Amino acid sequence: MSILIALILLPFLFAAVVPPLYKYVRCIHTGWFVLAVPVVLFVYFLSCIPVIQGGEQLAAEIPWIPSRGIYFSVYLDGLGLLFALLISGIGALVVLYSIYYLSKSKEAIGQFYVYLLIFMGAMLGVVLSDHLMVLYGFWELTSISSFLLIAFWHKRERSRYGAKKSLMITVLGGMALLCGFIMLYIMTGTFSIREIIADLPSVNGHALFLPALLLVLLGAFTKSAQFPFHIWLPDAMEAPTPVSAYLHSATMVKAGIYLVARLSPVFAGQAEWFWLVSAFGMVTLLYGSLNAVKQTDLKALLAFSTISQLGLIMGLLGLGSAAAYYGIGGESLLYTTATTAAIFHLINHATFKGSLFMVAGIIDHETGTRDIRKLGGLAALMPVTFSIAAIGTLSMAGLPPFNGFLSKEMFFTAVLKTVHMDLFSLQTWGSLFPVIAWIASVFTFIYSMLLLFKTFMGKFQKDQWDRKPHEAPIGMLISPVVLASLVLVFGLFPNLLAYSLIEPAMASIMPELLAPGEKFVVSIQFWHGWTTELMMTFGVVAAGIGLAVSHKRWKGVYGRLPQVFSLNYLYDRGLGWLGLGSNRLTSGYMTGSIRSYLAYIFTFFILLLGYVLLRTPGIQFSINSTAPIAYYEIALVIALVLSTAAVPFARSRLTAIILTGTVGYLVTMFFIIFRAPDLALTQMIVETVSVSLFLLCFYHMPKLKKELSKLRFRLSNALIAAGVGLMVTLIALGAGGSGKFASIADFFVEESYKLAGGKNIVNVILVDFRGFDTLLEIMVLGIASLGIFTMIKLRLEGRDIGARVLYNKGELSLGAVNRDTASQEVTEAHEAYEAAVRAKEASMKGGQTGGQKQ
Amino acid sequence: MKFTDVFLQTATKTLVFIIMTFSIYILFAGHHNPGGGFIGGLITASALVLLYIAFDLQSVRDIIPFNFNKLAAAGVIISVLTGTASLLFNVPFLSQTFTYVYLPLLGKTELASAVIFDLGVYMTVLGTTMTIITSISEDEK
Repeated sequence: MSILIALILLPFLFAAVVPPLYKYVRCIHTGWFVLAVPVVLFVYFLSCIPVIQGGEQLAAEIPWIPSRGIYFSVYLDGLGLLFALLISGIGALVVLYSIYYLSKSKEAIGQFYVYLLIFMGAMLGVVLSDHLMVLYGFWELTSISSFLLIAFWHKRERSRYGAKKSLMITVLGGMALLCGFIMLYIMTGTFSIREIIADLPSVNGHALFLPALLLVLLGAFTKSAQFPFHIWLPDAMEAPTPVSAYLHSATMVKAGIYLVARLSPVFAGQAEWFWLVSAFGMVTLLYGSLNAVKQTDLKALLAFSTISQLGLIMGLLGLGSAAAYYGIGGESLLYTTATTAAIFHLINHATFKGSLFMVAGIIDHETGTRDIRKLGGLAALMPVTFSIAAIGTLSMAGLPPFNGFLSKEMFFTAVLKTVHMDLFSLQTWGSLFPVIAWIASVFTFIYSMLLLFKTFMGKFQKDQWDRKPHEAPIGMLISPVVLASLVLVFGLFPNLLAYSLIEPAMASIMPELLAPGEKFVVSIQFWHGWTTELMMTFGVVAAGIGLAVSHKRWKGVYGRLPQVFSLNYLYDRGLGWLGLGSNRLTSGYMTGSIRSYLAYIFTFFILLLGYVLLRTPGIQFSINSTAPIAYYEIALVIALVLSTAAVPFARSRLTAIILTGTVGYLVTMFFIIFRAPDLALTQMIVETVSVSLFLLCFYHMPKLKKELSKLRFRLSNALIAAGVGLMVTLIALGAGGSGKFASIADFFVEESYKLAGGKNIVNVILVDFRGFDTLLEIMVLGIASLGIFTMIKLRLEGRDIGARVLYNKGELSLGAVNRDTASQEVTEAHEAYEAAVRAKEASMKGGQTGGQKQ
Repeated sequence: MKFTDVFLQTATKTLVFIIMTFSIYILFAGHHNPGGGFIGGLITASALVLLYIAFDLQSVRDIIPFNFNKLAAAGVIISVLTGTASLLFNVPFLSQTFTYVYLPLLGKTELASAVIFDLGVYMTVLGTTMTIITSISEDEK
């Protein structure tokens, strides 16, 4: 097993060690042990950079279900390395932060780290898998571990709601993804991503290409919180802040981004892919930034900001996919800027959003609230936190000298280039992209400023807090400080990233643009002259400051939007309707009445068999092969039909029983006519017994509501009955008229005496040729008699049964009295019943002894 | 004071023997003529029912101290055992055989293993029917 696979499995293995560590090593916070895992991973992945930079790939494979072609195969290329570094690096920082954030004594941190490690391992599995099914497995594992982490404080109702919502939406996407993957397999015959990319001609133009594209995108969009599916992310903020920082800003929500980037070589260059990815990304960008402004909770604001930034990255990937349309050449390289910007912003977003979430956690931890209406004036009290927050928000707003500025400039470059594109019937639509991008940037600027100033500036509202806020402990500050300094470092020296990570990542997103031996050259200039992009940034800052200052005046606009149009409302009501609808449906047809179920069964019988009869070719309803009919047979048939038809019209049940008996004896007559003496004998006796049993039941009918009227007529029942009768008749005629095979009866006739020594062929068949059936049938009889014996003799005593006995006797009425007296009466009745049972037993014993004496 | 039906009881005393004999005839005749274990069992049961009607439950139980539940179980066991016995002779389950022997009075007589199987059927049917009828009639409301 290679070291790569061992490292992916490392978090899972360590997750198994965490509970005993938590239980037996109480003096040390379990997080310190856990910290080793991401650190080891991070160091390993760092050491891989030179190899990957040289254009190599690390790959490993162990068989899992070889007979089904499923291998646990992983590979590390530029894209995988980038994500693996993000996951392990931010993972280490988050674990460190959580050690100070979560209390050792008050929280179930054993569980927390188990979930977190499972998530970390699953996320690594997602980004390093080469096999689609393995990728899907890890994908669902991230959904499940995220579900567990969101509901970490499972005693809160909101946590459970958020966890359920995120699970439902991401698993919906996961299922779509699975279907998409299977379609990819059908098209190419392989599950390996690298082999699928190598086999592009069989994918393009295939009938399943578009469905697979749509399903894969559905999976990616739900995971990455793109526009209509973003609603789970704000509710997932009920999770502990380290979880929000890790899962919902840096890693899990980028799994969808990863998937789009990873499968870009397969789908990019198609108009559908370009339009869907970029349009959904842009809409999400705008929608998220507009909504972030109205949030009052720090984490909700950050959640909408995350949605918006993910939309930005997604949109850039969509725009970058246009490059694939042109293939190898100078023209395509013009449009790769978008992809570069996407990767660069992906890294930048992970750094500043992670630090901002940690800042929100610190503020929550130190002041007890995350509501920005209550916060203010914290800058002097918490200088370090304030500095981190300032770096993070300014980078998020896209201001120099932070890395957000660079990626925003590149974003503007990319959208401006789109205007000049003339493919996929872009035409004038292309000019929408810069407009949306600009508006969204303005709002991004506004919420960034609101976040910074409302929290740290203004008046210090002392009476709002029950504790005195002060600077966070050093340990809690380490992680955000590291992230914030990365923001600065990447901002000042962006080419550090460009050579090491971005170039290899682009090579794996757009391999088709590279001639063999070539590599992308990415050079990010901090100063690129007086360009349109810079003018746009000036515009953003100017408009942003103006709107942020006058924020109070136009804030009310958001309230005007009717609640009905919000997506959460639709989701909640949709779930409600779903539950209500299925409830109504079920209670509509599951009436609890046997009559309706019989109606369904018979109707189904008629429809299915009728359909089959109509559709099957070659069925003949011929009566040519029938025997001549004798006059006494006609007479018997008339008698039989008359007595059968009379049963439903009988006024009393006694008449009906007698008529049923008549039918039975007439059948005996038929057996005699058709020369079946054994059947006739048995039929006669069995009919006698069953009629007596019917009479027994009739005699013991309860006297409460005895009905002597005839059956009520129902048209539907009559129709169903007629239909079933017609259908059975048609089937019998069809079966008799169609081609037949020779009967095997001749064998029995010839061999009965020779082989079995019996002249009664029926009996020989019953006990010899097919004795096994008889053996089981007498067992059926035995079981029936035991059942009857048990039902009659076994009278289990119990509160319930005792009451029911008296209730049946009419001595107890539960309906008329109120509950208290009713239960009292039940108790009394039960006691009375028990006394009666005891008396009866005593008398029976006495009777028995008396009998013996006689 | 129990009402006694002298006619019924007297007739029963004769009829029961005839019915019993007939039922046993039916049981053994089954191999060559109409009849067999099933009908034979039912007819024997009808003789017993006649006894129950003419006399009372307790007296019939005194003269025929049978546990009909066990009789049914014994019938099933006999049938299974006749099937299993064929395994001892290295033939498939439930293989039947027959042979002819010469008995002093009866002459050439056929002995068939299927009759033992039928006997099991007979006992099961009889036991089942009687269990049903007696347990229902003993049930006091």
